[in-house]
Amino acid sequence: MSQYQEKATVTRVEQFSEKNYRLTLDCPRIAGCAQPGQFVMLRVGPGKDPLLRRPFSIHQTRADGRLQLYFKVVGRGTDILAQKRPGETLSVFGPLGRGYRLDATSPSVIVGGGLGIAPLLFLVKENCRLKNDCSKDLLVLGAREKIELEPLLADFQAFGLTIHTATDDGSLGHRGFIIELMQSLPLPAGCTVYCCGPEAMMAVVSSLCRSRAIPCQVSVESVMACGMGACLGCSRPAANGGYTHVCLNGPVYDAEELLWES
Amino acid sequence: MGELSPGINVLPDLRVNIGSLELANPVMTASGTFGYAREFENLMNLHRLGAVIVKGISLHPRAGNPPPRIVETACGMLNAIGLQNVGVDRFITEKMPYLAALHIPVIVNILGDSLAEYEEITARLAGIAGVAGIEVNISCPNVKKGGVAFGTDPAMAAAVTSAVKKKADVPVMVKLSPNVSDIKVIARAVEDGGADSISLINTLIGMAIDLKTKQPVLANVIGGLSGPAIKPVALRLVYEVAKVVSIPVIGIGGIESAEDALEFMLAGATAVQIGTANFLNPRASEDVVDGIAAYAVAEKLTSIRSLIGGLRLPAARPQSLIPMKNPAK
Repeated sequence: MSQYQEKATVTRVEQFSEKNYRLTLDCPRIAGCAQPGQFVMLRVGPGKDPLLRRPFSIHQTRADGRLQLYFKVVGRGTDILAQKRPGETLSVFGPLGRGYRLDATSPSVIVGGGLGIAPLLFLVKENCRLKNDCSKDLLVLGAREKIELEPLLADFQAFGLTIHTATDDGSLGHRGFIIELMQSLPLPAGCTVYCCGPEAMMAVVSSLCRSRAIPCQVSVESVMACGMGACLGCSRPAANGGYTHVCLNGPVYDAEELLWES
Repeated sequence: MGELSPGINVLPDLRVNIGSLELANPVMTASGTFGYAREFENLMNLHRLGAVIVKGISLHPRAGNPPPRIVETACGMLNAIGLQNVGVDRFITEKMPYLAALHIPVIVNILGDSLAEYEEITARLAGIAGVAGIEVNISCPNVKKGGVAFGTDPAMAAAVTSAVKKKADVPVMVKLSPNVSDIKVIARAVEDGGADSISLINTLIGMAIDLKTKQPVLANVIGGLSGPAIKPVALRLVYEVAKVVSIPVIGIGGIESAEDALEFMLAGATAVQIGTANFLNPRASEDVVDGIAAYAVAEKLTSIRSLIGGLRLPAARPQSLIPMKNPAK
């Protein structure tokens, strides 16, 4: 498994809403070997403060060596990141972790909420590359409001799967939670669910899947210092007792591997 | 190397001695920041390390603390991992074969809840191929009992040291806590207990609070502070301890660069350990080795040993010559 520390050049910064950004980096070595669901650790500046790298899931890679991150400004690190301009460089370490295990023989139901949409473009792309026909596959995306979804939709629409949307305020698609939308949809027989989103959303999605005996993979978040199994900071209670480490054993898990708060 | 003709660049001599243990260079990785080394094998050249110190090992496996275990602070981080480890038996069967095959000195960090546990772990490590030394953790702030209690009481610190020494067939390094009122007392006690070297500092106990939730950020409430934030404190403590003991001192605390490492050597450290910097840059320790070598070449040092304790203090002046502030103003 190849991992690199790469000095990546910012090639594009897109601002989608007040706090949501997409950053494109020229990062060919990492982009060349990353898998959907894997992440990178990014150092937002060269100084001692902020000190730690930040984990970001990989939004998309391209054959020309570009790697994209989709993020929301939530603190100091992401605030600094949002102010990056094309030509600036960043230290990127990756690709890290265990990504989604795509089952090309089973119809896919890809479910993303809020910032959890970030890794799904890469997943959808790979899903559609592996299958001759992804017309049976569903993409279910949810967010608080239209502005958080709309700028990303065009990229997803290129792949030909069926897209359903939900927003809390009803400004795009179903009004309400993504789980209500999922419950109302006829899910394809023998499907596999791939999910990323807020903890509460993933808990209800995994519970729905368990009740219908649908295999479900989730991508979870954690604070972490190293991203590679050295600091043991990213512990999460595992279903079989003890802790699992999100950086090595995740971030993508079979939902059954984790302990969910009910 | 005397046969080499003039004009050929001779690599600087970076060797240092920690008691009977000779290291190829003064750079080690600090326990708990480098896993069991294998995690780093594709990211740096492990053979460049002076020594590797592995994640602390207890008699029985430990699951560690619930999350959140870490939080970033100004120029540093707090951790409360809780000494999660596989236990000494699994360490020997699962981790040690890989480490032994590296052919670099492997120092095993050990911790216990009682003198008997420290003794038992040491006894089990005796005779295991590849173990070049033992680092005794008497200073971890993140476990309920044992650990730090041994590190804050001079008599207990000496007792643990001599208990480990009795069973050990390799040099014993004792890792001190900075969370004491006078570290010199503990250092001397540990030396009297038979320690072959002293490493310091472990983390400083700290805390972070989330104002929104009015809760501590760490599930353990308190944690150990590490990173550049603690370097000045660590330097001062190494300086003080090196003056009062005659065994080698190993400096730890916020070392990220060769410059940091060299400052610790001037303060009296024979060698250093790289900790939190491994998280930011997986090849930080190798970069420090490169930087020390470059410094030795630039300064034309025949041996890096010449730097140890080489701090130049301001000349002592007679009291009468020190300018007085005008008391009238």
